[in-house]
Amino acid sequence: MGKNNQTFLFLLAILILIFPWAVGNNYFLMVLNVAALNFIVVIGLNLLMGYAGQISLGQGAFFGLGAYLTAIFTVTLGLPLWPAMGLSLLITALVAYIIGVPTLKLEGHYLVMATLGFNVITYILSIQLEPVTGGPSGFAGIPRLQIGGLILDSDKKMYFLLWAVSLLVFILSLNLIHSRVGRALAALSHNEIVAKCAGIPTENYKIKIFVFSAFLASLAGALYAHYFTFISPGTFSFFYSIQVVTMVLVGGIGSLWGSLCGAILLTVLPELLHPVKEYNVLIYGLILMLVLVFFPRGLLPVLVDTLGKKKV
Amino acid sequence: MEIKKLTRRFGGLEALQELSLNFQAQKIAAIIGPNGAGKTTLLNAISGLYPADEGEIYFFGQSISQLPPHQIAQLGINRTFQQVQLFPNLNVLENVMVGLHPRTKSGFLSGLFHLPRARAEERWIRKQAEEALAFFGLLTKADWPATSLSMAEQKKVEMARALANEPKLLMLDEPVAGLNLREMEAMAATLLKLKEKGQTIVLVEHNMDLVMSIADWVIVLNHGTKIAEGVPAEVQRNERVIAAYLGSG
Repeated sequence: MGKNNQTFLFLLAILILIFPWAVGNNYFLMVLNVAALNFIVVIGLNLLMGYAGQISLGQGAFFGLGAYLTAIFTVTLGLPLWPAMGLSLLITALVAYIIGVPTLKLEGHYLVMATLGFNVITYILSIQLEPVTGGPSGFAGIPRLQIGGLILDSDKKMYFLLWAVSLLVFILSLNLIHSRVGRALAALSHNEIVAKCAGIPTENYKIKIFVFSAFLASLAGALYAHYFTFISPGTFSFFYSIQVVTMVLVGGIGSLWGSLCGAILLTVLPELLHPVKEYNVLIYGLILMLVLVFFPRGLLPVLVDTLGKKKV
Repeated sequence: MEIKKLTRRFGGLEALQELSLNFQAQKIAAIIGPNGAGKTTLLNAISGLYPADEGEIYFFGQSISQLPPHQIAQLGINRTFQQVQLFPNLNVLENVMVGLHPRTKSGFLSGLFHLPRARAEERWIRKQAEEALAFFGLLTKADWPATSLSMAEQKKVEMARALANEPKLLMLDEPVAGLNLREMEAMAATLLKLKEKGQTIVLVEHNMDLVMSIADWVIVLNHGTKIAEGVPAEVQRNERVIAAYLGSG
């Protein structure tokens, strides 16, 4: 990690720490908590899209799998909280591996179709498997997170946990792209044949990064479930997958700092547009369109270039 | 390196027909021939990009004809491409660092957590890559964007990336194409210097001046078969070669 990154990370951490005192409003904290969850998903997806050159339209399914599995393990099976969460993440990663192995061995964008199909299947299952998932009416009564004796029962307490986790994921991912594996990913995303001839087992890396992105989505999903204590199928539909892809594109593909901007901007924007009532979807769409027309590489890379600073 | 009756077909076309050859260690071998003779196909077959339809390729006694490209690179066969292939999303030094991939092993987890062993390895990778760049006199441009260099410099970076793996066999696809006379002479000197260091080199080249001045052994292909081989002076006088080039064969 470069010096620049360390400075910006430090500033970001301070900003995150003082923010709750700047706004007393719990509702706005909740919106930012959702942004933190989205940020975790978007980091994983950006690693996949920007560094492994593959697109997944199934992040919503992995998000949902993390949420439903941890709900089932804690409520239905009565497992203790943290092991239940860990187990649900591992199972999701395993599912991603099973999807990834056959599709990523093929050249081209087969992963998009496979993940899209998977997302549709999990959505239908979450509705139809009523005895297990609660069906369309959702799954309620999921326990809150607990660290030692401290129950995280307020937006503010969750704010600190969620942003700490997302910051940790952010730092680890910055580490990853500035490592031997990160260079290999950068190489294969540009030209797979040349990367192979340089001795990089490209299929292996694509599978690993896909599994990692699914793992992060399920981590966000599990945290979501224990935060809101209630989940329903709609949250994890295909539309969520599109939404996180949009966050990657708006923030800047291949830029993890861009993902931070994309996740916060697109989570907060619909809330800010509430005053314009029925026009909010229209204006939201217009803003997205303008960003993609005028900043095709995403907001952050363009802003950074215009400010004449080094690329992050 | 020994190639036995290698055949590679594309549809009905036999790009390589029962081709058999040997490359000698610590020498420069040049593969020449008219366009479409199968020169680049041969390099691609050795690199593992085209699995052999028939025949075998042996490298230090081991059959490599069905191995995937990354395993072939791990065995110590590295190459450059006809069109220079650098990674534009990485800087010059990082491009060379990619070449050290097969010689190092820090994985996913140590990359995430920057474990001490991974950091030590990263320093070693950087040092090796800097040495490879220094050999080509490009150390001062280490942090430049890779595609901002001149064609000659990009070719050197590509070679540095291949050499970073300390390959037992270095394959160059048209190393002087697109270079001016002065750059070409510098490249010839570099290749001879590499040979002195004990590097085995196979090159595909159209430029006869280069081939005749530096190659120890010349192999002539036409229509996917070997029509002649020998020391440069011999090949130059060979009637079949002259016929193939003048088109009267």
